[in-house]
Amino acid sequence: MAQATPDSIPSEAPPAIPAPGALTAVRKAEWRPGEVSDEVPHAEIFARGGEATGTALALAFARDRMRAARPDPVADVPDERMWLWVQDREALRRSGRPYRPGLPRGLRHRLIHVAAASAEDALFALEEGLRCRDLAFVVGEIAGNPRALDFTASRRLSLAAERHGVPFWLVRIDARRDLSSARMRWEAAAAASPPPRWNPQAPGTPTWRAELFRARRHPPGTWTLRDDGVLAAERPAAASSEPLTMVPHGLFGATMSRQDRLARQEGQEARSETG
Amino acid sequence: MPGPLPLLPLKAMGREPPAPPHAPPPGAASRRILAIWCARLAIDRWRLSEGLAMGEGADAAPLALITETAHGPRIAAANDAGLEAGAQPGMMLADARTLCPQLAVAPSDPAGDLAFLEKLALWAQRWGPWSALDPPDGLIVDVTGVAHLFGGEEGLLADARAAFARRALASRFAIAPTAGAAWALAHHGRAGGGQSAILRAEDDAAARLGALPVAALRLDDDTLTVLRRLGLKRLGDLHGVKREALVRRFRNRRSAAANPLIRLDQLLGRVPEPLLPVIATHAPLAQRRLMEPIRHRTLLDRVVADLAEDMARQLEGRGLGARRLELGMWRVDGEVVVRRVEMAAPSRAAAHIASLFDRRLEDVDAGFGFEMVRLRAAWTEPLALVQADIEQDGEGDGPGTSLAACIDRLVVRLGMEAVRRPVSRASHMPERAQRWQGPLEPEKTSLEEFDFHHRPLKMLDRPEHIAVIYESPDGLPRKFRWRGTVHEVLRVEGPERIAPEWWRERGSARLRDYYRIEDGEGRRYWIYRSGIAGDGRGGTPDWFLQGLFG
Repeated sequence: MAQATPDSIPSEAPPAIPAPGALTAVRKAEWRPGEVSDEVPHAEIFARGGEATGTALALAFARDRMRAARPDPVADVPDERMWLWVQDREALRRSGRPYRPGLPRGLRHRLIHVAAASAEDALFALEEGLRCRDLAFVVGEIAGNPRALDFTASRRLSLAAERHGVPFWLVRIDARRDLSSARMRWEAAAAASPPPRWNPQAPGTPTWRAELFRARRHPPGTWTLRDDGVLAAERPAAASSEPLTMVPHGLFGATMSRQDRLARQEGQEARSETG
Repeated sequence: MPGPLPLLPLKAMGREPPAPPHAPPPGAASRRILAIWCARLAIDRWRLSEGLAMGEGADAAPLALITETAHGPRIAAANDAGLEAGAQPGMMLADARTLCPQLAVAPSDPAGDLAFLEKLALWAQRWGPWSALDPPDGLIVDVTGVAHLFGGEEGLLADARAAFARRALASRFAIAPTAGAAWALAHHGRAGGGQSAILRAEDDAAARLGALPVAALRLDDDTLTVLRRLGLKRLGDLHGVKREALVRRFRNRRSAAANPLIRLDQLLGRVPEPLLPVIATHAPLAQRRLMEPIRHRTLLDRVVADLAEDMARQLEGRGLGARRLELGMWRVDGEVVVRRVEMAAPSRAAAHIASLFDRRLEDVDAGFGFEMVRLRAAWTEPLALVQADIEQDGEGDGPGTSLAACIDRLVVRLGMEAVRRPVSRASHMPERAQRWQGPLEPEKTSLEEFDFHHRPLKMLDRPEHIAVIYESPDGLPRKFRWRGTVHEVLRVEGPERIAPEWWRERGSARLRDYYRIEDGEGRRYWIYRSGIAGDGRGGTPDWFLQGLFG
């Protein structure tokens, strides 16, 4: 099973580790919205706590995927399955609770919300949700880097999502980039919105600046994303294309086959060296 | 047996009748109703619980059953010796003691009487297909078309009389075409006569019952007083008065017990009188008595899995699915441990039931071991039989769980309050405009927000206070500090003024001016000013941050 091997290719591969030729060929394709992929996404979105960017972007990705999916030729009713939104207590405190009138119109009546007391409970709820065949997708929100969310837990979630075909976006609030088996990892922040036509003083369509810093199939990159009907992505101007965070992350990938605790220690050492 | 699991699962009252038992509309085929009055129910129950025959032992001395009231103990019932000595039901105990100082007392038990009456009602179904309660001490049985099985109505009455005599319950009986007439005859008819307790359909009910007192109309005390003051003492007297006069007199009395005309019409069968029958429902139950007490979790899991299989088979036979299950575990030392699970949708999948209990059994203290385990479906709902899915049997590798099973598992671990869905509610206040309900409950129809209202994706549980710098007290905000960070307001839209809901809130509630803002980094928030300066409802208006836009 090819997917069982962890994603061991660091995003900015140092020249010392030669990348396999097949993989580089696959990774040439740049990410763009609206493309239909067979892969069930398990993505992580790192975002700050005082804004709703992470979940908004996850919902934008989910809607993008639903729009791009080819409709089932034998289905006579539209896909009206429920979707699950899991928050742990800290995430709830930092960034609030879902508000139905503000949710996207096609999704608001289909939400099941889980308010978990701890990260362990949230992970349990996420895994149960991913095993459920009647859910359209699952969004999780976990604050910080709890001990329970280690590489093993992330791997369990990846496998469950792939086995049962439930797309999964995990929003990491105020977290540093630790080990994870997510297939795509984003770092996102709110960006200035385009001025609306009739009132340029008002906030416009939600806009985010998102950096794809590791992906299994795509080269990393930075985009400005906007969801108004379709998910629009454009490359930001060169002046503002520096990475979003100061935390280095290139060294983590090589240590994934070792034990998780060891890996985390090494990661911390590496960070102290560079920072 | 005392304990959280009642041994006789009996849901007696308030069920839908299988065939609505109405008294006959005029001209329809005649019904026959048997009314039973247990005249001394409370005292008979006390005597039976003491194991005494009539007038034996403690029953030979004056005794009263008392109820504690705000003004002291009051007599609820008294035995024969007590009645002779002067104790009357309704009397204060102190008054009765002056008449009869040696009066013994025992506490009365109205709830127990009612439960006993309920069982008696089920037992009385030997004389007819449905029976109803007539609290506090009566029963009504529909015996339409069954009298011939007992050799006529006299035979039926004799059979009933003998059966109640065997149970040592003092009782009186009557059969009539309506419940009202049967009740009147049972309570106020002449004592003893076999023939006199039967009112035939061809008899003239008004003439037969004319001699009965107006109390035979099942009226409350106030109405009886009014009738007595009017000089209307017998049912026949009511026929002597013009009906219009009575209608005018009692035109405001809606309830049947306060309006003698309604009662009279019910007695004569002119208006129908619906009655709620008692129906026994037995909750599906599976139990295992264990040869050896079990103390280990693996064995308990095995037993629970077996019970779940039994339960699933029972439920399937009845076409039901369980919504709530109770697992009772009887310990050797007499303790009973009970665990309950509730499901989001009716289910009878044995593996699912067992896995739900799996988590609830983690903290069970087995002590010296369990000797009996019982699984009972306390709440069931109809669940149609469907063809089983072959793939679904394989747990784990299969195509996943169903939504209901997933929610059950979440609820069992996280609690009912943690797994919910938002539904909209008709309210202007943003925090009231949504409420939370169970994930699979149907959603009520309600008006959604308008499209031109921009509402945030997320809402803080309670609005957080922010310090705002503005140009003028009711002008646009320029800068604000939230959670220790200063946000520069670059773009702003507002205000959207939302007035307090005066029909719900206090008069001092302040209106809110909402602003949609975007700060220098592009973060979008929903903030409001509570009140306006000089509105006379408090000092300088405060600012709050309530929502976060995507």
